[in-house]
Amino acid sequence: MPSWIAGVAKGAASIVVTLLGLLAITFFMGRMLPIDPVISIVGEQADKATYDMVYHRLGLDKTLLTQFLLYMRDMLSGEFGEALFTGNKVSVDLARVFPATIELASFAIAIGIGVGVPLGILAAVYRGTALDHIARFVGLLGYSSPTFWLGLMGLIVFYAALGLVAGPGRIDVAYIDMFEPQTGLLLLDAAMQGEWEVFGNVFRHIVLPGSILGYASMAYISRMTRSFMLEQLGQEYIIAARVKGMSRWRVVRRHALRNILVQLVTVIALAYAFLLEGAVLTETVFAWPGFGRYLTSGLLAGDMNAVLACVLIIGLIFVGLNLLADLLYRLLDPRTR
Amino acid sequence: MKTWLTAEITTSAFHARAQRFYYGWLRLRANRLAFAGFCILVGLCVVAILAPLLAPEGSNEQSLALRLRPPSREHWFGTDELGRDIFARIVWGARITIRISCLVAVIAAPIGLAVGTAAGYFGGWVDTVLMRLNDIFLSFPGLILALGFVAALGPGIGNAVIAIALTAWPPIARLARAETLTIRASDYIAAVRIQGAGPLRIILRHIVPMCVPSVVVRITLNMAGIILTAAGLGFLGLGAQPPTPEWGAMLSTGRQNMLGAWWLAAVPGLAILLTSLAFNLFGDGLRDVLDPRSE
Amino acid sequence: MSDTAQLLVDDLHVRFRTPQKLVHAVRGVSFTVGREKVGIVGESGSGKSTVGRAILKLTPANGTVSAARMRFQDIDLAAASETAMLKVRGRRISMIMQDPRHALDPVMRVGEQIGEALDGRGLSRAERRERVLGMLEAVHIRAPKRVYDLYPHEVSGGMGQRVMIAMMLAPEPDLLIADEPTSALDVTVRMQVLAILDELVSTRGLGLMFISHDLNLVASFCDRVLIMYAGRIVEECRAAALGEAQHPYTRGLLASLPRIGERRARLEVLKRDPAWLEA
Repeated sequence: MPSWIAGVAKGAASIVVTLLGLLAITFFMGRMLPIDPVISIVGEQADKATYDMVYHRLGLDKTLLTQFLLYMRDMLSGEFGEALFTGNKVSVDLARVFPATIELASFAIAIGIGVGVPLGILAAVYRGTALDHIARFVGLLGYSSPTFWLGLMGLIVFYAALGLVAGPGRIDVAYIDMFEPQTGLLLLDAAMQGEWEVFGNVFRHIVLPGSILGYASMAYISRMTRSFMLEQLGQEYIIAARVKGMSRWRVVRRHALRNILVQLVTVIALAYAFLLEGAVLTETVFAWPGFGRYLTSGLLAGDMNAVLACVLIIGLIFVGLNLLADLLYRLLDPRTR
Repeated sequence: MKTWLTAEITTSAFHARAQRFYYGWLRLRANRLAFAGFCILVGLCVVAILAPLLAPEGSNEQSLALRLRPPSREHWFGTDELGRDIFARIVWGARITIRISCLVAVIAAPIGLAVGTAAGYFGGWVDTVLMRLNDIFLSFPGLILALGFVAALGPGIGNAVIAIALTAWPPIARLARAETLTIRASDYIAAVRIQGAGPLRIILRHIVPMCVPSVVVRITLNMAGIILTAAGLGFLGLGAQPPTPEWGAMLSTGRQNMLGAWWLAAVPGLAILLTSLAFNLFGDGLRDVLDPRSE
Repeated sequence: MSDTAQLLVDDLHVRFRTPQKLVHAVRGVSFTVGREKVGIVGESGSGKSTVGRAILKLTPANGTVSAARMRFQDIDLAAASETAMLKVRGRRISMIMQDPRHALDPVMRVGEQIGEALDGRGLSRAERRERVLGMLEAVHIRAPKRVYDLYPHEVSGGMGQRVMIAMMLAPEPDLLIADEPTSALDVTVRMQVLAILDELVSTRGLGLMFISHDLNLVASFCDRVLIMYAGRIVEECRAAALGEAQHPYTRGLLASLPRIGERRARLEVLKRDPAWLEA
């Protein structure tokens, strides 16, 4: 047990350091700005007194360390400042756009796991066959495709030409008033309120961006599954299980799969984090009112408050997911319990 | 030549190296997918070099009479909203893609090498601090971090390169550190130290050269991601600015008219896909060639 | 020696395809095993383990097995399908593997792993558990109920190998292949594990194929010895008569063994004759 406690303490210490690092990086990003932040607020024509006042209010006359500490205090209390391009507080904006991204990313990860894990297992079990090669190539294609381009092509083919799916956005205007969003996850909201027509519309909106994002994570998950699986299938205990008279698939299911589960959890957590990255571009293509589009809009408007908050939060989520994966690892593997 | 390359006994260090290279090349040839990737990359370089011959009119010759023409015999990939030939723009764009990837490699590799070898060689608190820094950079997804830097530095192709390089060095540093740790313990480093060489000299003259090959491989493997990030920045309007024929930026401007003119979006995207696929295939093969354990 | 041969292997070949070349690991091996203890001795790479796995048809995918005849009791192993083999493995022929640390699934409790060997016999949960506990007792594990719930990393090497023996004997096979069952263990527990193995094989009247590189061990433990070299059986003799072995390889092996109480100026080193590869 003491080693376990030491592990947690070490983990906690490294989180604190990483957190400080995240803050420091975003802080310096903010200071790297070639534009004078005071002038961007007061304008070129402002007199010296106004300039000085704003200069003082922004805390720019304090030492860099004090500025950093103030920045840290603000960030940790969720005080990200005001987003100039929306006129809202950044924290309010983020709370509004977050569910959209979570819904999209969750849809995508479901596809990534649902297709990627079986595909990876099949490729490993039938290693070297045509199936393996096809799976590998499909995976590489997913790795290599610019997701935003897949989005554009998807819109051209499935929306404009075939009319199979709905266009950009999360939901058609006509349906917005038909139900009461509660969780912000529209699929869930619609289903809970029994509004199946709305559900269908929302689904037709999410299916294309969700599948395209899911394809990218599927590529990653299936590749990792394959290599984990191959490693396990080469182990002696697999032969031992076969000696007992178990069929090949039974051994895969009962033994190999159980053994890669722990590693898979880590990969899935990472895949989810990478989805957030992919979401930035996909949301731009599909006008998806989520986190990614908020970030890019902020970028184009040159709104550092919004951008830094987004970068910081994605960094936090990344660290959080890594931590979660680590924790699950400890819980699931009897050797580390 | 062939007998020299396959001779059982090598006569010089150069001979041995040439032979290793030759056998690696044979293994690469045997891996069809990797070889295909290699060929695409060579093709890309050839296209970039021959751009003035392939598309003598340049990338920006407009002809408003020929707006949004579909692919035809005169315009293989069609024309865009300003009547520019897309084939010509793709060809000239290859130069930009290659330049971006080379610049990123040239900036990121030395940073990674310096940080990694220093951390590995000195150990102790230097190692702790540098690797912590490394972890922090790794804890951002690449594109997000690059976006943040571009936001701070301002859009443009040069800033995009710097931003991508700033996100590309951590994996290299980690690799260089691991290599340094094994090299540091070797006898020849001890010998050099006894001769009175200082740390800087040891790192630069004796450790860095040993790390370079694996760093080159690593960069090749990461190149696909670098190209996708660069294209993503271009697409968001934060990288190369119009009218530069950068593929991501072309996609971004082509987007407005893509529902009526699919080739505006399809062609530059395919070019990006093909390049990054080639790097992935080649990198995969390279890893197999260099790591004999993985069949 | 037994009157009826349970296992008959005639002209067995195993070849492996590697990226570089074709490896002919087993080159025409013929032997029989009755209800007796047969030792197969050879250095590493001589193909002895490959023979064991070929009999169970568990050769890796890059290997091909061919034999003029290979039968066990009434079953034609050479022609048996994968489905037919599922009924042979465990219940008719079982195998103890070298290293319990690798041959037990690290994330499954020991008892559950033994229980798996009893799958498909319509046992209830409780019956199955009873049988597993019985097996653990049979391999002289003192606290079977406690061991049942342990994970493989929580048991010692000797205990792990006893678990393995329990697991592989649970389905009550007629022939047991033991592939270097004690080489991965500490010297101190080797004899203990061997004694348990010997006891179970004798009381249950099993045939045993004991694969080892340890000539002394095999000679003292088995009834009959087969000496393998480079994929072939170069010598076959009764364990008691090993001293009269003819083949120069066997003689060389015997000569290079040190003996307590014997003074020798220098210990013989095995000299290999390329001609043995052809013999």
